[in-house]
Amino acid sequence: MNRTATLICLVLVLGGALLLAAGNQLAAPGSTFHVPTYVISLVGKYLCYAMLALALDLVWGYAGILSLGHAAFFALGGYAMGMYLMRQIGTRGMYGNAILPDFMVFLNWKELPWYWHGFDNPGFAILMVLLVPGLLALVFGWLAFRSRVSGVYLSIITQALTFALLLAFFRNDMGFGGNNGLTDFKDIFGYRLQADSTRTALLIASAVFLCLMLLVARFIVTSRFGKVLIAVRDTEARTRFLGYRPERYKLFVFVVSAIMAGIGGALYVPQVGIINPSEFSPANSIEAVIWVAVGGRGTLVGAILGAILVNGGKTFFTGALPEIWLFALGALFILVTLFLPHGVLGLFRRREKARSTKPAQGTVTEPAE
Amino acid sequence: MLLLRRALFALALLLAAFPARAQDPFAGLAGSGFDDIRRGIEALATAAPPQAAPTIAALQAGTLLTGPGGVLVIKQGDTLIDARTGQPAQGVTAAGLRPVRVNNAVRRAAEAAMGSLTLFSPDTATRRKAAEAVFKSRDPASLEPLARAIAAEKIPAIRAEMEEARAALLLAIPATPEPEKLAAVATLRERGDLDARALLANLKDQPAAVARAAADAVTHIERMEQLWAVAQGIFYGLSLGSVLLLAAAGLAITFGVMGVINMAHGEMVMIGAYTTFVIQDIIRTSAPGLFDYSLFLAVPAAFIVSGGLGIAIERGLIRFLYGRPLETLLATWGLSLVLQQAVRSIFGPTNREVGTPSWMSGAAEWGGLTITWNRFTIIIFAMMVLAALMATLRYTSLGLRMRAVTQNRRMAASMGIRTPWIDALTFGLGSGVAGMAGVALSQIDNVSPNLGQSYIIDSFLVVVFGGVGNLWGTLVSALTLGIVNKFLEPLAGAVLGKIVVLVLVILFIQRKPRGMFPIKGRAVEA
Repeated sequence: MNRTATLICLVLVLGGALLLAAGNQLAAPGSTFHVPTYVISLVGKYLCYAMLALALDLVWGYAGILSLGHAAFFALGGYAMGMYLMRQIGTRGMYGNAILPDFMVFLNWKELPWYWHGFDNPGFAILMVLLVPGLLALVFGWLAFRSRVSGVYLSIITQALTFALLLAFFRNDMGFGGNNGLTDFKDIFGYRLQADSTRTALLIASAVFLCLMLLVARFIVTSRFGKVLIAVRDTEARTRFLGYRPERYKLFVFVVSAIMAGIGGALYVPQVGIINPSEFSPANSIEAVIWVAVGGRGTLVGAILGAILVNGGKTFFTGALPEIWLFALGALFILVTLFLPHGVLGLFRRREKARSTKPAQGTVTEPAE
Repeated sequence: MLLLRRALFALALLLAAFPARAQDPFAGLAGSGFDDIRRGIEALATAAPPQAAPTIAALQAGTLLTGPGGVLVIKQGDTLIDARTGQPAQGVTAAGLRPVRVNNAVRRAAEAAMGSLTLFSPDTATRRKAAEAVFKSRDPASLEPLARAIAAEKIPAIRAEMEEARAALLLAIPATPEPEKLAAVATLRERGDLDARALLANLKDQPAAVARAAADAVTHIERMEQLWAVAQGIFYGLSLGSVLLLAAAGLAITFGVMGVINMAHGEMVMIGAYTTFVIQDIIRTSAPGLFDYSLFLAVPAAFIVSGGLGIAIERGLIRFLYGRPLETLLATWGLSLVLQQAVRSIFGPTNREVGTPSWMSGAAEWGGLTITWNRFTIIIFAMMVLAALMATLRYTSLGLRMRAVTQNRRMAASMGIRTPWIDALTFGLGSGVAGMAGVALSQIDNVSPNLGQSYIIDSFLVVVFGGVGNLWGTLVSALTLGIVNKFLEPLAGAVLGKIVVLVLVILFIQRKPRGMFPIKGRAVEA
């Protein structure tokens, strides 16, 4: 079932993105098949969220690490990409300064801070997209898992981590644009960011990356390594007594997950056109958790499904009934945890279980709390 | 003969006029030159008739007008008042009058005159202000009235201030003998505030011994100032710590004792704050006289509202999720969104105005410390809440049952304790305490739907830092975090200080995952 679900998911994501791209590029504006560019960007945004959800499912669903700060990695990847895009603006900024981004000119800074150097090079920027979230996850995870901080305690300190980053990025002195963040981007890798073709290419790139990540994640969880990981999730102490080192397994998967989230953030920023500190807010991270919970924790495919469903709902509600959205989101949290502990995919699985005579209790993908 | 008589008459007139001029201390003020005016002020200050002080005050304010024939009037709105008598001036019109001219010398003279004039005022506040004015102006002319004032003064505190003013004066007069100057330095050293330090640091042309004593006094004052600054920092830290303690005390029950992760805890605080707003609103419309007592009504009301809501949440939601802490976290987070949006729909998204009773406003100065009453009240209130909470757990039957249920649920159930009810009541107690915290926070923070969110992470950190399930740990950790935060602020800035504290706590939890005061024994792994 899981293999088929993954296959269906891959086909849907790639095929859907290609169809939308064709609708935008090939069909003439005005025809019934034409897809407006805002839809392209919107779907691209959902796919980036899906990457974050996938990353979170990898650690929560398979290693039992409920990170309430995963959006921090997403935002860090986004900031790395945003810094590259800022440097690409060059003299087209409001103040026409070739080196300094507008906000630095505004703050009367004379030269580029050291950590902004190199971001004019796309290769370096991409490296940073991977390195910064990965390193933060490495240091944080090493400290946390080594001293066996787990469960709720870990959730609370991951939340504190993203909260600290939120406060830090709000500061103007940090050199990341403070409250306003980074915006007003012009082009990416030499292509105009506003152009329909660039938008479409970004959507395709998001779809391809999402599929790659799904394959990587699936490879990890179905390998021998993944089996140990699931053992750690279910009974960490017993796994340790069997001679494994749970902290190493957790650390590895935590870093991989952070890098995935960072890539998601890096693809997210050019499509929404802005990155600001509010992306670090703990509420964002918790919202990502509910995407995973809605889709089905510990299924990978479910995380993608959940991210797209919830965000589609959010787009609809905030447009049509803005008052209702928070009620709906809150109710979703409550109802899913109370009545759908295995998410939407769990519904399908239950039906499948009922059909097959074999008891499905031992399936490795079912997280036991 | 006629000539002689005329001459005599003129002489008599002159003689008559002269004493009149000499006896009229106000005459100088009507003069035209700045020197005349300055001398007039000094003469007025020496003679000190009852109207002297208002007249010079009017001069300083630019409302003292003069005209031909030595007319002096004080302009008060549209009416003119005779400066000499203080009665409305008869037969004088504003036309043809001009303000008494003022330059820096006149202004200084006026200040000094005001200083010495008001030294004898029957009003204690005025006398105190006068001593302060002399201290600032250091006009040698005030020395003599000051000495008289010191002799006449009955209140020790004001006499001490006058002595300080006299010391400042003595140091400013080069002719003062050295022993007196040394005594003056000692007096100022005792005073020990910023003004005294500035005065002592800027002394010029003094004998060597006096200069040495002054330098010594300056270092002493600076050291004292640092001590006071530390004390003030501790007060601010205690104040922040008590806020954290209030926000975390309820959580120490629900999370610490029951192990329930209640992400809607902040919303319980917020609802407590809104209860305060509603209570004050009712009091404003129906019984405005009771406004000063509104908080005494709000505290139990908030406890009941938030506590009742807590019981409802436990019965309706949390009891289905026991043993699944991460799910509880998500469900209560969802609940917090719903509660926030509900409050936003009912009360609107903007901040609500919660008034401060008169007995809580204002501040007290004590040495170099400024203690604001609302902060002070909150510190006391936080301690009372914690004490009440501890007493409830320790000495009441409900507390006994609560502890029994958390320690061994099945045994407690076997002994006839209705564990579901105890769960609900424990959760209600924790939520009620959060509501009371809301009453306190409404006094120092904005009452908005987001009020609770800003405290939730801090509260969890306080509980985790202190050690779960330990109220003493919560107390120590709240105060520690508050004080550390306040001492980092001047070093690193408010935001960076907070970040540093967060990072320190994160690192600390890595070192001691169970907090400062972990519970020992078998319960740990359960």
